[in-house]
Amino acid sequence: MNGEKIFNSIKNIEIIIKKHKDEIEKLDQEIGDGDHIFNILRGLQEILNLEEELIAKSPDLIFKQLGMKIMTTVGGSSGALFATLLIGMSKKYNSELSDLNNLSLMFFEGVESMKKRGKADIGEKTMLDVLIPVSSTLKNLKNEEDISKVAEEIIFVAKEGVISTKDIIATKGRASFLGERAKGHIDPGARSSQLAIEAICNQFINN
Amino acid sequence: MKKFVNEVDNILSESLIGFGKAHSEIIKVNLSPDFVFRKNKPNKEKVSIISGGGSGHEPLHGGFVGHGMLDAACPGQVFSAPTPDQMEAASNEVHNNKGILFIVKNYSGDIMNFEMGADMIEHENQTVIVNDDVAVEDSTFTTGRRGVAGTMIVEKTVGSLAETGASLDECKNFGDHVNKMTGSMGVAFTSCTVPAAGKPTFELSSDEMEFGVGIHGEPGRRREKIKSANDLTKEILETILEDLKPSMNEEILLHVNGFGGTPLMELYLLFECAQKFLEKNNIKVSRSIVGNYTTSLEMAGGSFTITKLDENIIKHWDSPVHTSSLRWKM
Repeated sequence: MNGEKIFNSIKNIEIIIKKHKDEIEKLDQEIGDGDHIFNILRGLQEILNLEEELIAKSPDLIFKQLGMKIMTTVGGSSGALFATLLIGMSKKYNSELSDLNNLSLMFFEGVESMKKRGKADIGEKTMLDVLIPVSSTLKNLKNEEDISKVAEEIIFVAKEGVISTKDIIATKGRASFLGERAKGHIDPGARSSQLAIEAICNQFINN
Repeated sequence: MKKFVNEVDNILSESLIGFGKAHSEIIKVNLSPDFVFRKNKPNKEKVSIISGGGSGHEPLHGGFVGHGMLDAACPGQVFSAPTPDQMEAASNEVHNNKGILFIVKNYSGDIMNFEMGADMIEHENQTVIVNDDVAVEDSTFTTGRRGVAGTMIVEKTVGSLAETGASLDECKNFGDHVNKMTGSMGVAFTSCTVPAAGKPTFELSSDEMEFGVGIHGEPGRRREKIKSANDLTKEILETILEDLKPSMNEEILLHVNGFGGTPLMELYLLFECAQKFLEKNNIKVSRSIVGNYTTSLEMAGGSFTITKLDENIIKHWDSPVHTSSLRWKM
């Protein structure tokens, strides 16, 4: 894990999110208010602007700075939550560990912080329906040697998480105001989280 | 999209700069982090009242900064909660040794960002959460009801109490009380266009309305054919009254709020419909306010807000206020 790899992942996330921009926007307009995609794109742009300044720094510092940048520029629920994820992750970085072990602990901490911040858990039609299963899978597979197998498994789990949001009645976030009417719609935050995770995992499969 | 724009990315900052210049006798605007605050800091100790939320609801909240109401307002991007550093910077600017009271509309993004802002400041602080929209269900398991046009009434009355030198606890309790006495519900005839999106948030055909719409164009209770103003008024007010359960001859404040795209002429027509309906139901409209106070960009439509009045609420509603959008007795 180093600055170059982290920024490469962010660039890949930006590519995949831009590719699905209209789809995410539409999902949000159906059950939210349409701001999610713009917040995500603005956040990605802001943190990519930090590449030169941060690329040589240690991963914990990079995650912390990225989190602070998102916290102060994105706004909305997604800004608060993704900032909390990254700042949470920065706290558990340990250079002694293997990348997979390290990531598993960091991601777990980040997702736990998000649960607290959003007062939400799995099954509430939010991005946590993707992030919690991914976190558990990372934990279960943290000693797996075949990295591409881990990546494939995570891509699968994340997709299942997105689909699961379709039939949930939201109890958190803007979609919760809709009650039954949000049923049948995929949560936009879950979809963008899943795409980001897929972009990161694909790097390991292609290698 | 037809809007007055130079660069879409600069809409908010250009608008804030213009707002600051247009009302330079009352307020100042700080950019990056963005917040609006009173030009003249109160010269006696008082609880500082700070609100904020996504932009696109003007005059809420910046238009209510000034004597008798808010000390500062933090505007986020259009329909997006502001960021914690805005609340931190605003708190440090306006605190006046009696603590900070945040007034926050009940949306997940606003609550999270205000919480993070509160974590960053050293001043004693509390938060009043406004959730006056009776169109959506309230429950302990969900985000709950939305904060809509009743927010202005909470900001006016709590702002007034704070001017008297009341303590942070007193302001917090009074804010919660006014919120509890307040219920709102609206209807939309058209959608609105978030500038960054460039197209309408939702589609409504020419003979349809969204009943119980939110102030971001979020869907409400149901979509149905438009009906007469009297029928609409009756249906909305019955829903609000069912929630507030006013007693016989209870005095209320009636607020007819426009969402931005409906002429005042129609809003006053709605007021007349509501007044007649309430009179028939033995409810006394003793205070009233009609206008575009909590808007949803250029959405056509409007909402009713009712606040059940007691001596204290009346006193703090009637007291002097001097902001760019609400001004009386001074």
